[in-house]
Amino acid sequence: MPCTDDTQQSAADARRALDICNACQFCDGYCTVFRALKMRRLISVADLTFLSNLCHNCRSCYHACQYAPPHAFDLNLPKSLSLVRQQTYRDHVWPPPFRGRLPYAGWPAVAVVAAVALSAVMLVGMPALIWIPPDVLFGRHSGPGAFYRLVPWGAIAGVAGAVMLWSLLAVGFSVASFWRGMGPVPAGVAFLPALRDALCDAATLRNLGGGGAGCNDRDERFSQARRRFHHALFYGVVLCFASTGAATIYHHRLGWQAPYPLLSLPVLLGGIGGAGMLIGAAGLALLKLRADPGPVARSLTGADCSLLALLFLVAASGLGLLALRETAAMGPLLLVHLGLVLGWFATLPYSKFLHAPFRFAALLRAAMERQCKEWGRG
Amino acid sequence: MTRVSCDCDVLVVGGGNAALCAAIAARRAGASVLLLEAATKALRGGNARHSRNMRVMHDAPTPWIRGRYPADDYRSDLRRVAGAADDGLTALFVDASADIVDWLAGNGVRFHSGTDEVLPHSRKTAFFLGGGKALVNALYDTAGRLGVIIRYDSTVRALHLRDGAPAVTVGEPNLTIRTRALVVASGGFQANPGWMRQQWGGGADGFTIRGTPHATGIPLKALLGDGAEPVGAANRCHMVAVDGRAPQFDGGIVTRLDGIVQGIVVDRVGRRFADEGAVVGSKRYTAWGELVARCPGAIAFSIFDAVIGERFRPSIFPAIRADGVGELASVLGIASPALEATVTAFNAAITGGDATAGIHPPKTQLAVPIAVPPFGAYPVRVGVTSTCLGVRIDGRARVLRRDGSAFDGVYAAGVVMAPNILGSGYLAGSAMAIGAVFGRIAGLEAAAHALH
Repeated sequence: MPCTDDTQQSAADARRALDICNACQFCDGYCTVFRALKMRRLISVADLTFLSNLCHNCRSCYHACQYAPPHAFDLNLPKSLSLVRQQTYRDHVWPPPFRGRLPYAGWPAVAVVAAVALSAVMLVGMPALIWIPPDVLFGRHSGPGAFYRLVPWGAIAGVAGAVMLWSLLAVGFSVASFWRGMGPVPAGVAFLPALRDALCDAATLRNLGGGGAGCNDRDERFSQARRRFHHALFYGVVLCFASTGAATIYHHRLGWQAPYPLLSLPVLLGGIGGAGMLIGAAGLALLKLRADPGPVARSLTGADCSLLALLFLVAASGLGLLALRETAAMGPLLLVHLGLVLGWFATLPYSKFLHAPFRFAALLRAAMERQCKEWGRG
Repeated sequence: MTRVSCDCDVLVVGGGNAALCAAIAARRAGASVLLLEAATKALRGGNARHSRNMRVMHDAPTPWIRGRYPADDYRSDLRRVAGAADDGLTALFVDASADIVDWLAGNGVRFHSGTDEVLPHSRKTAFFLGGGKALVNALYDTAGRLGVIIRYDSTVRALHLRDGAPAVTVGEPNLTIRTRALVVASGGFQANPGWMRQQWGGGADGFTIRGTPHATGIPLKALLGDGAEPVGAANRCHMVAVDGRAPQFDGGIVTRLDGIVQGIVVDRVGRRFADEGAVVGSKRYTAWGELVARCPGAIAFSIFDAVIGERFRPSIFPAIRADGVGELASVLGIASPALEATVTAFNAAITGGDATAGIHPPKTQLAVPIAVPPFGAYPVRVGVTSTCLGVRIDGRARVLRRDGSAFDGVYAAGVVMAPNILGSGYLAGSAMAIGAVFGRIAGLEAAAHALH
């Protein structure tokens, strides 16, 4: 367990940074963090929870900071907020006995993701190796139902469904706890307009735009690379889920069994989505490794990259399966792909993935505060 | 005349806003340019690092500024603060400010949109997106891409202006660089303790410098020593009241004390010395800078109680607190009876109308009793933005001698010539505009001179 001194130190650092930022506010055009900060006179623990997750870690404020090291104030807002943010993942994880015990930083966090992913691959692979005769496992299969001759549809859907359900529950409870952790909801806010704003912010990653010209992915120069790679990854995942949805309709409504032809909806969506995931995950990892180390909390890079690596492997195994499904490699690839997908589902509540729902919740809270302020003005 | 071989066409001394604008303008005009920045790369940019906005004339809304700010308005705002400044140069400056934002934007600087809801409404100034350091980063990036040679860590130690082409001596060990044209954009002398002490006496030792530690005024002194005509006033500074615990240099904007007018302000013997309610708007920072500069030891203390302490944005440094006024005094190093007497007299003098009666000095606004513990205090010191002494220039940014003749190939831009426009006054956002406008003029003129 990490020592609480570190936690308190991170919180104190972030609070000191935010106090200085609030007195300066030169960065208020970069992102919504500064606007939310401006509404606060003093920074509470709830504010830290909120603001640290509202930060998209674009680092524009670091490169524009007149107080960044080597200045005596040694101000490093992106790094300070990153450290508090990973602490909020630990604090709000579900089930509660895990709170403060699961690592979200350093090698232990990488180990958790790797161990869960590997166990899932084993979970799928071992029974298959035991029960499926080698000539079936390593044989060529084609035509409708080829996949299910290896692993029955019910087993795939049942196990994946159960794991997904657990993960969604865990993520849901975590987000609920996090939502309360951000403090009381501003009163009398029209929820739907705020939700629309937050969805728009999340879908466009407006706050990675640095107020227009992009953000500081690598150094003090601005670029849109990180935003574009994140879009590729995010929309890639969305397309892959759409592919699964389309396949489910084919299977249940239309009675068509996988594998589907190349020009079918599930294959097209999955193919494009998988390619997006590959490009996005690789690009984000590359940017991370090449970034100016100044504003980066190095202890978190491993955890970030382990999620990217897992997503990359999920996509790569899926595309490999598509490419080699007519060959003898189909059986092993199918098992590996299913295992990795299962592993990804299982790690959702316990990895960097939590940044997605937490960020969205923070964006929603920020949008609600803006509504509140605009009404107050009106 | 013998031709001397020169190391560059245009040499720019300084690394802030004016210097960068001069370097970019000269380079774009075809000159080879060398820029000498005294700071390291991480702390480059002079006082521009701490700036936020630029005051520019505009007759109609622009993408960056709402409304209009006609030349007449700008000139009359300048006349109000500047007194006996040069009218011709001021008119030229105001007109040239009209397209400087476009020019900077074309050189990579990003501004807030004029319709941005984040900012306070301003029809007079354009705001840099990300503040002054973002502007500095953008201009260095552009200068570098255009082929300006940039040398950091290069403190200029001497100027040589007497014989033929100008030259400067730079760095340790000394290196002399000759040039066809020289642009001096090295700011004021506020970071030169010896010179400041000459002007302000021992109190100067208590001043903090809000900007760069490299504004030592060596090039300014060299120009004056070689016969340049001084403008402005050596014994005036632009100064504000800052938290006394601010770092000696580069504290920038965040060390200003927001709430100084809410409570009372006492000197180091515990006496009030000015009407805290006299100036409550944005000019309060400057007003208190000048008041504290005249206090013994150039230090004062802002005193408030638990109720008043909720009315302003706290300092970035924690308030000094105590349960009694006497205890607070002893923590601050003030004699307890003196501060207790001041507070008692102040509280007793408050009338119904939020003002005092019968004490001197009075508090004419925002007077509320200092009565609810815990009591709080901030030490107050002077934060100097820049000095108000410069060299006279003409409309082509050429440095002029006392007899009105121009130095051959020597130009000035930025704070080193700003008193031509501002006198010893100050107008928010105007110094950055002066730096950019005269930087551009100086760069163009220096390039033309060098390439002639």
